[in-house]
Amino acid sequence: MATTLADDLRPLHHPKTWIGKYVWSQDHKVIAVQYGVTAVGIGLVALVLSVLMRLQLGFPGSVPWIQPENYLQLVSMHGMIMVVYLLTALLLGGFGNYLIPLMVGARDMVFPYVNMLSYWVYLLSVIVLVAGFFVPGGATGAGWTLYPPQAITEGTPGYSWGIVSMLVSLAIFIIAFTMGGLNYVTTVLQARCKGMTLMRMPLSVWGIFTASIMGLLAFPALFVAAIMMLLDHLAGTSFFMPTLFSFGQTTDTVGGNPILFQHLFWFFGHPEVYIVALPAFGIVSDLISVHARRNIFGYRMMVWAIVIIGGLSFLVWAHHMYVSGMNPYFGFFFAISTLVIAIPTAIKVYNWLLTLWRGDIHLRVPMLFAIAFIFTFIHGGLTGLFLGNVSVDVPLSDTYFVVGHFHMVMGVSPVLVIFGAIYHWYPKMTGRMWNKTLGQMHFWFTFLGTYAIYMPMHYIGILGVPRRYFALGETAFIPDSVAIANAGITIAAIVVFLAQGLFFINMIWSLFRGPKADPNPWGAASLEWQTPDTPPVHGNWGPKLPTVYRWAYDYSVPRPERDFIPQNEPPA
Amino acid sequence: MPLAIVIAALVVGSVLFHLVSPWWQTPIASNWASIDSALDVTLWICGLAFVVLNLFLANAVWRYRHRPGHKAHYEPENAALEKRLTFWTGIGIIGMLAPGLAAWDKYVTVPEDAALVEAVGQQWQWSFRYPGPDGVLGAAGVMHITPENTLGLDPTDPFGRDDILVEAGDMHLPVDQPVKMVLRSKDVLHDFYVPEFRAKMDLVPGIVTYFWMTPTVAGDFEILCAELCGVGHHEMRGKVVVEDRAAFDAWQAEQITFGEVLAQASPASRYAMFATADVCIGTSNWSNP
Ligand code: HEM
Ligand SMILES: [Cu+2]
Ligand SMILES: [Cu+2]
Repeated sequence: MATTLADDLRPLHHPKTWIGKYVWSQDHKVIAVQYGVTAVGIGLVALVLSVLMRLQLGFPGSVPWIQPENYLQLVSMHGMIMVVYLLTALLLGGFGNYLIPLMVGARDMVFPYVNMLSYWVYLLSVIVLVAGFFVPGGATGAGWTLYPPQAITEGTPGYSWGIVSMLVSLAIFIIAFTMGGLNYVTTVLQARCKGMTLMRMPLSVWGIFTASIMGLLAFPALFVAAIMMLLDHLAGTSFFMPTLFSFGQTTDTVGGNPILFQHLFWFFGHPEVYIVALPAFGIVSDLISVHARRNIFGYRMMVWAIVIIGGLSFLVWAHHMYVSGMNPYFGFFFAISTLVIAIPTAIKVYNWLLTLWRGDIHLRVPMLFAIAFIFTFIHGGLTGLFLGNVSVDVPLSDTYFVVGHFHMVMGVSPVLVIFGAIYHWYPKMTGRMWNKTLGQMHFWFTFLGTYAIYMPMHYIGILGVPRRYFALGETAFIPDSVAIANAGITIAAIVVFLAQGLFFINMIWSLFRGPKADPNPWGAASLEWQTPDTPPVHGNWGPKLPTVYRWAYDYSVPRPERDFIPQNEPPA
Repeated sequence: MPLAIVIAALVVGSVLFHLVSPWWQTPIASNWASIDSALDVTLWICGLAFVVLNLFLANAVWRYRHRPGHKAHYEPENAALEKRLTFWTGIGIIGMLAPGLAAWDKYVTVPEDAALVEAVGQQWQWSFRYPGPDGVLGAAGVMHITPENTLGLDPTDPFGRDDILVEAGDMHLPVDQPVKMVLRSKDVLHDFYVPEFRAKMDLVPGIVTYFWMTPTVAGDFEILCAELCGVGHHEMRGKVVVEDRAAFDAWQAEQITFGEVLAQASPASRYAMFATADVCIGTSNWSNP
């Protein structure tokens, strides 16, 4: 094989100093770890916030400083951090960065410098976000949805400065995401190695690729909404502000429309669900296939399902707005479009199940998480049909049913995939193996604990308990048993919280003391396991780029004695 | 292997939880049984899918667990099977959508004979307005608000004079009478929510939103706010009293009308009220189609 232009290693920016290598690094693998560590760090903050909320809900008054305004600040910061600063950043900035070049056989991202900038700008957005806790008036308490007018009017915590920090931070985050997203898309399109056709790419790459395109299309809606709200708040415009009579004063805003913000927000917000879900779908497909020693069932259908879900998810946003006061006739369209998305989504579920069927299932820790994901995703996906089915949403909207639903589908499910993925790729990333017992314990506490948290919430929601309530107070229709459920949920949440310690201990301890890992411990066929070095070094592939001869799923092919054929193995 | 057992146990446990759980919808007190039955249909279809898919999952994990000498079967795809599955999923989706959309069609179609009642939200209380004998709610808007005219009725609109005002009090409704609830907010978003009625809708400052329902059970029901509206959100409560027509009429006769408010106001405050009428970007008066 001749060397190609891409084999020329000279253009690679080889840093000489420690700082150049690990801080101002342009290596996608280091950037991935930077993204990952930052996202997990801020995610831990959000987790602590959720435990504080649960203490107030389960044992009202047990944390005396949590007053109604603090509760709302906890809810808002928790929700926004989890969705944007943890999940989006970790799945795209973290896994996207690590996996794309390795999986498509590239030396790095196409624009390494922009990639580096992307991380530092993301870090800045996190700092601005956290600053929100410390500005006068504290963080915003407008809910993660930040609906105006309340987000910027008296009566909502953080309406003067907290909201500014939130909106500015989001705008910065979107700039960071755009730099990263352009890189991910371009790298997939331009830097695949020889033989790596689009239809040979692992589904992880397909999921991340599609999600990045969606992000590039969806985040601008949030960006303009954030800028418009900032202008309303600081420059006296009235995009979202009609004339109000608030706290004894008539405002001098005129003619703005709060529902316009909701359209912009959800035009971003719904695709955002899939920006988180599609990478998780892709990654979990690969975990299931590798550990079941079986090709992913219906690969082409899986790719099409990802693409179709990505496209359709721009047509369903107003299912979050059935009772928002928008023209009620929109409900017909959005109910139909929403339930139609269920079809490609269901196909994905069937194909995961059919991949397991007649497989050779190794229940290693990553696989435990992957299978648990199938369970939680089925649960969360089905409850979504209730909320999508317009009239059924009317009694359920803004109740704990919604809280239960979105935590199952976009909290628990992606988080299970993320844990599975970390256990799966850890040996490649670090060259060491984690402790199996700790991993299994972490799995059982997390899987069963989160189900204990969210399963009962659906029922409390069907009863009618509204969300974002600091306290339920004396309410005739709420029986005392709900308080018992709330206490139980809180205990489960604390157990889950503590169990995450097992994960961190395992990861950190193994980093230094774990046994040396095999370069390809699971016998995986995709390219990232075929690197000449473990962990892969700068440039990934040594002197010559790999050439790909087959798809990523040649497991248990009838003839060979081995039960997998690496993608870069030439045909016999 | 424990995983297969646990997943099967979670399926059985979830079904049992559903059966024994003390938490389910509150007893319905409105005409929206069609929403409840759409929910039931959705529940049955989704419940069936939940049980079947997860038992299949547990079964697969059990049957095809790794054992020495066991090898996976190589089969890239099976288009016929995928088509069959897509077809049945489509049937399930249509089965849910049909009752869901049928109920929505009723929800958006306000009956001709619906009475009008207005609920006005503000941080953090509920007020109400009835159209009075003329059946028309007078024009109103926040720019008309003065200390005496707290609901912001336009003092120059003759239709408003007989409107009955209930400020921060209970809302009364005659049983079995369809009502179109007209919703208005003075400040931020709120949501008029009575769990027993099933219906709910946001209040949006600047515009008038609505929904309709027929209360079918006499009694007292609590109004909650279901849209985050600031620190008092969880305390923004009100009460609906559903009663027979005679009791309702008697109650209504005791309430104050806007005409009376105007008559009782001091000249200065009346002047203040009329001064607001120059600003005229209010909502026009509301009557039924
Ligand atoms: C064990 C972990 C978690 C616990 C105990 C937890 C708990 C909670 C609680 C108590 C609320 C507030 C409910 C209310 O008053 O309405 C909430 C809201 C929320 N959570 Fe979580 N959560 C967890 C993980 C996650 C994850 C991983 C996500 C990622 C998607 C997430 C996303 C959200 C969102 C978007 C909200 C809504 C915030 C709002 O209403 O504005 N949570 N969570
Ligand atoms: Cu959505
Ligand atoms: Cu409220």
